[in-house]
Amino acid sequence: MATGTEPPTRHRAATGVRSAGRASVAARHLRTDRWWLSPAATAAGLLAFVAYSTWRAFANADYYAAPYVSPFYSPCLAENCVPMRGGPNWEVFGSWWGLSPALLILVFPLGFRLTCYYYRKAYYRGFWASPPACAVAEPHRTYTGETRLPLVLQNLHRYFFYAALPVAGILTYDTVLTFRNADYAWGHAGLGTLLFLVNIALIWAYTLSCHSCRHIVGGRLRHFSKHPVRYRLWTWTGRLNARHMLLAWSSLISVALCDLYVYLLATGTFDDPRFF
Amino acid sequence: MSTYDARFRIWRGDADGGELTDYTVEVHDGEVVLDVVHRLQATQTPDLAVRWNCKAGKCGSCSAEINGRPRLLCMTRMSVFARDEVITVTPMRAFPVVRDLVTDVSFNYAKALEIPAFVPPAELGPGEYRMRQEDVERSQEFRKCIECFLCQDTCHVVRDHEENKEAFAGPRFLMRIAELDMHPLDAAEAAGTDRRRTAQEEHGLGYCNITKCCTEVCPESIRITDNALIPLKERVVDRKYDPLVWLGNTIRRRKT
Repeated sequence: MATGTEPPTRHRAATGVRSAGRASVAARHLRTDRWWLSPAATAAGLLAFVAYSTWRAFANADYYAAPYVSPFYSPCLAENCVPMRGGPNWEVFGSWWGLSPALLILVFPLGFRLTCYYYRKAYYRGFWASPPACAVAEPHRTYTGETRLPLVLQNLHRYFFYAALPVAGILTYDTVLTFRNADYAWGHAGLGTLLFLVNIALIWAYTLSCHSCRHIVGGRLRHFSKHPVRYRLWTWTGRLNARHMLLAWSSLISVALCDLYVYLLATGTFDDPRFF
Repeated sequence: MSTYDARFRIWRGDADGGELTDYTVEVHDGEVVLDVVHRLQATQTPDLAVRWNCKAGKCGSCSAEINGRPRLLCMTRMSVFARDEVITVTPMRAFPVVRDLVTDVSFNYAKALEIPAFVPPAELGPGEYRMRQEDVERSQEFRKCIECFLCQDTCHVVRDHEENKEAFAGPRFLMRIAELDMHPLDAAEAAGTDRRRTAQEEHGLGYCNITKCCTEVCPESIRITDNALIPLKERVVDRKYDPLVWLGNTIRRRKT
């Protein structure tokens, strides 16, 4: 018994998998698995983070609860920041900046993640359906990829990587500061310290697993044998790079959790359990 | 050994049109989809066209789409499907169909011809090539390619946009450029061929939006995107989009 699958001729000229000469199958795909689940989950996860981080970045409040500073607000580059004793208050933008100081610094990690090779895959699939999944026809009439503006700017990823390094360094400094108590005495730690430690480990692992990092430390070389140290570094970043997606998600979640933790402390919703 | 009857829908036709045709066919334990297609040929439809050769996942001939996913017929075990599942087999949908499950993959051979071959170093004769393993192992991964063209088939740049076929070489051949650009003895640059520039300007690397479908379907498990396409994109950034690298190279050239 045959099931008719003549190529559609109505509306616009057939293209893509329905192009003339290709096997005439009307369906845009024949996948029977739940191919939509991965892009849907990705889009939901990214949207949740965007919504949360937008609210927190514009809130301009509840981002410091001694000794913890939210990673969304560090370093704080404007004069309108809450004074953080020993913390990352660097008022390089002076008093003219009236908006949330988070906006000044978040542009760098945002740019780093927006141009990241993993996130590109995630949002091209999840939001732009280009393609929604492998062998599932995309809905767009034309496609030029990353050959022209604005997507050619994805090639700036390595500059955001360079910018992400000092940001990660500052977050490391913030993590060291969490070994104080609320009275700024050193040699203490609480649940927040643990959270910040996990977060900074994930931030560094994500940053160093970046494809641009892998290229810069050694990937651009042609003769590894002439550069044994860089070869070793390339090997290490390669191992991390294989887990780039996992690190991208886990560091995204951990940074949001750290911010939420500080928010809960700053609003008095929660008391930081102290270990010592 | 157990047997059961499986339900198949196989695309039958040619460039003028065709349809999915239903078959019920006996399946034995341990068989792959290609075995079942051969049983169909032997028992029900001797004119069913299918391209195959080694039945071992090494010749890359039996590429097709099974339940909508680009796969090798000979490497897809029947045991991965439920026994009551209808299994749909079509030819690769990115290429012109010849008949039934056979497609015309000459697009790929045309693209292969456009990639400048390995350029031997002028100072070394045949038999004098010496390479350290760590220098050549990146290229060796890409040499595992069996040219099944499943990556080309699944790549949405050409699968969904026929008009891009002229400008875009596809993942298999961009990987070939990466292989040569990483090769420790390739002397293309000395001979005046800038593989990085041509990858972007002549072979359409910029069309790739690194959505990794090529890696997902590769039967040789080559990490095409992570190890070839992205490193090649980074090399292009070195050459075309990084003013610091450009400045460094310019200063170095002046010194020498």
